[in-house]
Amino acid sequence: MNAPINAPKLYDCRDAFATTLERLAAENETIVAVCNDSVGSSKLGGFKAKFGERLVNVGIAEQNMVGVAAGLANGGRLPFVCAAAPFLTGRSLEQIKADISYSNANVKLVGISSGMAYGELGPTHHSIEDFAWTRVLPNLPVIAPCDRIETAAAVEWAAAYNGPCFLRLSRVGVPDLLPEGHKFELGKANLLRQGSDVTLIANGTLTHRILKAAEILAERGINARVLNLATVRPIDEDAIIAAAKETGAIVTAEEHSIFGGLGSAVAEVVVDNAPVPMKRIGVPGVYAPTGSAEFLLDEFGMAPSAIADAAQSLIRRK
Amino acid sequence: MNTTELERVAREIRLRDLQAVFEAGAGHIGGEMSVIDILTALYFRVLNVWPDQPKHPDRDRFVLSKGHTACALYVTLAKRGFIPEEEISTFLQPHSRLNGHPNCNKVPGVETNTGPLGHGLPVAIGMAKAAKLSGAKYHTYVVTGDGEMQEGSNWEAIMAAAQFKLDNLTLVIDHNRFQQGAALAETNDLAPLRPKLEAFDWEVTEINGNNMSEVVSALEYRGSRPHCIVAHTNKGHGISFMQDRVDWHHKVPSKEQYEIALAELSEAL
Repeated sequence: MNAPINAPKLYDCRDAFATTLERLAAENETIVAVCNDSVGSSKLGGFKAKFGERLVNVGIAEQNMVGVAAGLANGGRLPFVCAAAPFLTGRSLEQIKADISYSNANVKLVGISSGMAYGELGPTHHSIEDFAWTRVLPNLPVIAPCDRIETAAAVEWAAAYNGPCFLRLSRVGVPDLLPEGHKFELGKANLLRQGSDVTLIANGTLTHRILKAAEILAERGINARVLNLATVRPIDEDAIIAAAKETGAIVTAEEHSIFGGLGSAVAEVVVDNAPVPMKRIGVPGVYAPTGSAEFLLDEFGMAPSAIADAAQSLIRRK
Repeated sequence: MNTTELERVAREIRLRDLQAVFEAGAGHIGGEMSVIDILTALYFRVLNVWPDQPKHPDRDRFVLSKGHTACALYVTLAKRGFIPEEEISTFLQPHSRLNGHPNCNKVPGVETNTGPLGHGLPVAIGMAKAAKLSGAKYHTYVVTGDGEMQEGSNWEAIMAAAQFKLDNLTLVIDHNRFQQGAALAETNDLAPLRPKLEAFDWEVTEINGNNMSEVVSALEYRGSRPHCIVAHTNKGHGISFMQDRVDWHHKVPSKEQYEIALAELSEAL
């Protein structure tokens, strides 16, 4: 169990990504960064300054970017492909399938500014389909870290892992939740709060919100379990089945469509193993109105108080 | 291997490919016949490869981007010793590793999975770029179909190859003038290909892609820029009734047609 640390300061996980990548690149000369004119938005400026030759910028050409990364891996390089999540995944989905997942190429796909991070830029720039698109692909772990510590740990893990993966990062600030020194373990949930009345599950930018929701529920006398489920695939079936059996109700919250994402993945495990009432909170199959990421999350029922209300009404169905 | 020997091997590969497609009842025989001279020249003359060490880091890389002509590649790989020759008879059979499009995790000698068009060239560019980064001396070759060049991903890749100054990359476009359902000229006519590649700062050689000596010298050429070989070929080359006919993209010969084709291909052996 990793005890949550409540700190008021918010961190952009891209900084943890960039710092870790630069540290690993200094130790491992095979590491290369591949991007689509996204040096600034991927925070690759430091990497470029230190390892200029190893920054492969293909310009605005995502299909080529992913194919080139597969070829770089074939030639013994260790590519981290950094691009805005909606374009990395959507624009080059077939390349991700055929060249990366099916070929089992040792390429790390890093989708930045995921979810509603580009809130005001509109639905073309929202990445709320990427879990659905990527988690159906074999050989491709799908990971959404919840804070800077888990981001750094996941990047370190990815560099050591022999195979492809998709790391989903935001640019919206999140507080520290996991303790310093936390090691990322593929497919393992972190129990952030023990509880017996209901389980709240999230990842990425939503984890700190469900922790706050659990605090609100505690004030109402409801004891909520909180799981941070960074790995959407392979999913931690044991933690989900235990949550279903021991708490009898599960709420998921995600910066993603409710179709095909984290909630769907959890529901699949619950239905197959231990059916209990569930509520999936996320974007309910619509294109979002204009607004910031924080505004849109609240708009779609992901304010901590709204998550707490949803959990409370779900408990009545147990 | 000299030109005469290569021509003989190409004939043998055509013959085995024809048999495999006939026996399997499926395949992409037209495009296989057009590309076989190129595959033969690569595997029996040009490529530095070691069949007993298919992942040797210094091996030259070859990507068959027109993956639907996998059968021709399988026959070539078998003849070169990467897989057992008798395994060709399992082509398309249940659980065979020889499916309709090549799989790099199952078939030794296959570098990346292809099938959907427009994938091979970007991956080949990554391979060539990796050699530039690591100082490796291997050369990367990729074969695309001409119809396949209609995919936008290829043009993204063509831009990148020039930008990355990949003098260690050779693209062969199998210009047989036909795609699945129509002539190239009737859909999105890319011809002439040469000025388009040259405009992107590639060096371009045009050859008769079914003439072995022209194929060999073009593949062995080394310049200072990415090199494109526009290989003018015949779809169904070597089999009189198939040549330059769009309907032989993935048609299977009848027993009678098979006998005629067998006789024609056997003639010069």
